[in-house]
Parts: sequence; C-alpha cells; structure tokens
Amino acid sequence: MNPLRIHNGIVIPLDRANVDTDAIIPKQFLKSIKKTGFGPNLFDEWRYLDQGEPGEDVSKREINPDFILNIPRYHKGSILLTRENFGCGSSREHAPWALLDFGIRVIIAPSFADIFYGNCFKNGILPIVVTKEECDLLFKKCENNPGFNLTINLEQQKVIDGEDEILFDVDSFKKNCLIDGLDDIGLTLKDKNKILEFEKVYQAQFPWLIR
Amino acid sequence: MTKTLYEKVFDRHVVQEVDNTFLIYIDRHLVHEVTSPQAFEGLRLENRKVWRASSVLAVPDHNVPTKNRSSGISDPISKIQVETLDKNCEDFGLEQFKMNDQRQGIVHVIGPEQGSTLPGMTIVCGDSHTSTHGAFGSLAMGIGTSEVEHVLATQCLIVRKAKTMQINVDGLLTPYITAKDIALFIIGRIGTAGATGYAIEFSGSAIRSLSMEGRMTLCNMAIEAGARAGMIGVDQVTIDYVKNRPFSPKGDLWSKAEKDWKMLVTDEGAKFDQVVMIDINEIEPQVTWGTSPEMVCGINGSIPDPKDFEDETLQNDYRRALDYMDLQALTPIKDIFIDKVFIGSCTNSRIEDLRDAAKIVTSKKIASNIKLAMVVPGSGLVKLQAEQEGLDKIFLDAGFEWRDPGCSMCLAMNADRLEEGERCASTSNRNFEGRQGKGGRTHLVSPVMAAAAAIAGKFVDVRDINL
Repeated sequence: MNPLRIHNGIVIPLDRANVDTDAIIPKQFLKSIKKTGFGPNLFDEWRYLDQGEPGEDVSKREINPDFILNIPRYHKGSILLTRENFGCGSSREHAPWALLDFGIRVIIAPSFADIFYGNCFKNGILPIVVTKEECDLLFKKCENNPGFNLTINLEQQKVIDGEDEILFDVDSFKKNCLIDGLDDIGLTLKDKNKILEFEKVYQAQFPWLIR
Repeated sequence: MTKTLYEKVFDRHVVQEVDNTFLIYIDRHLVHEVTSPQAFEGLRLENRKVWRASSVLAVPDHNVPTKNRSSGISDPISKIQVETLDKNCEDFGLEQFKMNDQRQGIVHVIGPEQGSTLPGMTIVCGDSHTSTHGAFGSLAMGIGTSEVEHVLATQCLIVRKAKTMQINVDGLLTPYITAKDIALFIIGRIGTAGATGYAIEFSGSAIRSLSMEGRMTLCNMAIEAGARAGMIGVDQVTIDYVKNRPFSPKGDLWSKAEKDWKMLVTDEGAKFDQVVMIDINEIEPQVTWGTSPEMVCGINGSIPDPKDFEDETLQNDYRRALDYMDLQALTPIKDIFIDKVFIGSCTNSRIEDLRDAAKIVTSKKIASNIKLAMVVPGSGLVKLQAEQEGLDKIFLDAGFEWRDPGCSMCLAMNADRLEEGERCASTSNRNFEGRQGKGGRTHLVSPVMAAAAAIAGKFVDVRDINL
C-alpha cells in the first residue's frame, strides 16, 4: 500500500449526495480478478453515454461532456470533494480500487458509508469527514477558482488552503497504518500467539460453533 | 452488568483491544466469486495459508446463469471468475458448493439453510448483505476484499465497537404487510445513512411473530439503512429453524448449544444508544419511487414534490431521482405501470417468499404489458422444495419464467438485466441508478406486491386483490 503523509492535488467537485458503489464502479467490471485497471471505468454510467463492457477500449466510447471527470482540468485531479453518505451500498472494494486507479488519494465529504470508509484506508486512500458548512465552502471555492487545489497533512490532521485550515478527526490506528503504508495482516500476525491462545479457550467453551 | 445482544456476542469474540480498536475472532466466513479472487491472490503473493479452512463455506452466486446452466457459463469473463473460485477452493482446501451442486444458491440463503449460520456466531462475507445472518442472534457483517484476505489469513477482523440502535416494531402483523414492508418503512423513516455506525437490534411483538425467513429479510435490509449489522434475539423460532440442519450441532452438543443460545437476548434494562419506536399499524405495503431505498412510500401514497423539502442537497437528489425514473412529483404510486417483474435476491427468494407470491398469482395471468416476469429461487434446495409443492407450475401457468438459483437481476452481473428505460417491480434490495442494468428503473417491493403488480401490470394494493 502506498503511504500517505502529505498530499497536494487538484480538487474534483462531485456535487451529489448518496453516491453508491454501483455508481462508482458498475457491476460488469466486477468480473475482473485483478485489483488494477478499473480507473477508465470509474463512474462509468455517468462518464460515458454508451454501455461499457469490461476490456473495451474506452477511447472509442461516447463521452458525457457534462460529467465532471470529463472536464480536462480534472483529468489529473486527486482529491474528490463530494456530499453526504458517499460510498453507500455494495461492499465492493472495486470502488476504492477504481478511485485509486484513476488517481484519487483523498476524498472529502460530510459523511461516508461504513464499509466503504474502511475499504479506503486499506488501499491508501484517505477519506476525510468535514462539516456540511466546511463542505459547502469548499464547493464554493471550487466554483470560483478553476484548478482549485488543497494540501492534506495527515500527520497534523489538516486540510490546508493557504491561510485557511480545516482540522479533521481520524482513527489513530488507521492513521498510522496509512502514514507508514502498513499491511494489516502482517500487523495482526505479530499477535499470532494471542489468537492461538484465544482460539483454544474459545473452542473449548463453544465447541458447537466449530466445524 | 446488563448487556445488549450486540454487546454479548461482540464481547465473546474479543481477542484483544488496543485504544478501542478490537481484534475479534470470526466463526464463519462465507465466500463468493466476486469479492474473493484478489484476496486469494494476496495470500499467494505473501505465501500465507488459510487459518481455519473449516470455517469457510464458498459458493458462486453473482455471476451464474439462471437458465441453460448445464451448458456452462457463456460469458468468458464470468466463467473465469467462477473457475477462479473453484481453483482457489481446491488450492486452499475449502468447502464449496459448485454451480451445478443442488445445494448451490445465493450465499445468504444457503448459509442459514445449511445450518452454517448459528446463533452467537461472528459471520463475515465480502458482501454487504451479510447482515442477513443477524436474524439468528449472530453478529454478521459485510466486509471488503482486504478484510476477506485478513480473515482468511488470521481468522480475525479489526473493528471498532458499533453504537447500538434498537428498532422496536409493535403491533399485530396483518396479511400482506411483510418484513420487506417493515424494512422499507424503517429506511424511509431513518434514511439510508440513519444507522451508519450502529448495529441495529430489531425487537417488539411484530418482530417476534415473524418467521425466520421474514427476520432474514429484515436484517438483510439493515445495511440499506447504513447499519453494518442487524440482529434479532434468539427465541424458539430461531432454535426450531436451526435444528437438524446439515451443519448444526447434534446430540449432546445440540443440548449444550441450545442452552447457551437461549441467553442470546438483550438483558432487561440494557441501554441502547438510540431507540426507534414503530407501530405496525402505520405501515402499508411499500413501494420505492426513486433511486435510493429511502425514496419510498405506501402503495396508497404519491411521489413527494422536491419543492416541499428545505434541504437543497435533498431537493437536488430527489429531482435527479425523478428525472432518472422518468416520474413526475405527486404521481400516485398506483398510476405507475411496469415492464418487468423480478422475484428473487438474498432479500426475498426463500421458500416462504415464493409460497406467498404463488398464492397471489394462482389461476391468474400476468398482464399483457409485462414483457418478462421471472422467479429466481434463492437456492437449489429452495427450488426443489417449491417444485415439490407445485409452486413452479403455478408461476409457469401465470406466465412467469422459473429459473435456476443465483443473484440474477438483483445486480445484473449475469445475462438477467433491464434494458434502458425499462421499469421493474423487484423484490431485491437496491434501486440505485443502473443497478439492474444501465438506464433500468427499479421499484423495490415485497414478493406479494411484485406478484400483484405482475397480474395488474401496474402497482396495486395487494390487499385489494380478490383471492
């Protein structure tokens, strides 16, 4: 996993609430057995006017010129600004894989769906929760300032726009894993003996659950 | 100290805690073909083994065709994914019900059917609708693929403790007000993010009188309210359902288990972080009209006018939804005509769902405007049971198609899908844009409401249908 400590990037304003993971990456692309290559199909049904199929060359497809990702200045955007309950619905980790493959490293919203929020951290994406007012203000800044960019300092838990700063909360365990790019499994397996001990006692206590 | 059901089950599984981050032990891991290949690949790359292979039950369900199955999967990419699951299960020594096994079916139908879902368990699956299994007084959570890999390698999951929400539904259940209507009504009331960060426990006299099938439908939809888990305390209905299933404990172990399971209820006086009270008499048969399960109203209601809402984000959301659904504000639900009907999915494809829907369509025909009405049983065993009861004949006579088990048109990963602009009465769980096919329009309803809509060609109050 790519660590994330300080990140600067162009902000892509996606002004919609309740963006679900079906919208982030539609089902037909879930047939892949890889973690990469989903970027061209991120937000596929909003980004293209025709029906997309896995493995298809997207350069030959009909672009939706009104969709935000199709505006040239956002092609290199890496910070997604959006609204409430982002990432709701299906648990598919293909959603953060698609965002990451496109180049998104930070998502800012007033709230996130639970499973998606966790999935982001496992893939080197930082989801930041801000207040509705802070979110409104950032949308205004995007509107008034083409090419608006932000700096995110994860160590200090700050969203920085010149003099303006927004402080955000983040779980300390998740924060440290992201800063160091640590793999959860390796960390958990350091406590292998604790799991083995627990398992022994547990299986003796609830033998009917073991099969 | 008094505890809620969630706390009881959670506390039993804590391996360790550091700063409110818990490592919890997982009893059952259900695996399907879509969210697992990258996890197995991860294990291979790091040369890791599966910690406890007997905790895993695997099944292909999302990609499988629902007809002509004997000739295999024609979509080459789907085929590779299903074959990859076969190979992973063989390589890692995991039990799998393959596509042509009669026990194959939707992962959240076969787990309980096999007795692989038991009270008090922690259950995970790389699928958000894992919340279904909470109906058994277990703690069941949908997880992402990284977590699938983590559980395979360590038998544990890293979690924070959820807040607890009690949703109490009291009153006498009446015919045709189903668990699906209760679920949709709750989501309409608290919203799709209403329970984010919470584990919900459903309680009250109406919940107690639900069958296990109904309880599974309700817990299944907990995720659509944002909750990662939905739970219901154990009672005799739970125990009777679990008894004598292939994976259930037998003999002396059964007696011990039963004694333990009876304690899996919230203690009197235990505190929840939030309580929601619902009177069953408020609930009519529900129909969603928009592109989120919270955009829902009773069959005798009308689509709301976005103008009537103060919040600008909500207004925009509603306008966009109406535009996508090609519907006008203030249209009565009963004026909405449909093109297709889908009875199936992990929400509503169990034997009771099929029995109830069959009752509605007995000796009737689907309306002439219905292009396709299909029934997709939740598992091979549900299908067999239904055929033994003659339900297949009832559906076929009415003009429905009778298919093989799988997720099918709930998410349209296989060939079953809506065409652009088609409108569907569906017993599934999500009405998101494009969920059942690009440009497709989904209205979520109960099995009896879907059956009634098939006969009428439009939404009708199932309680008005002359049986």
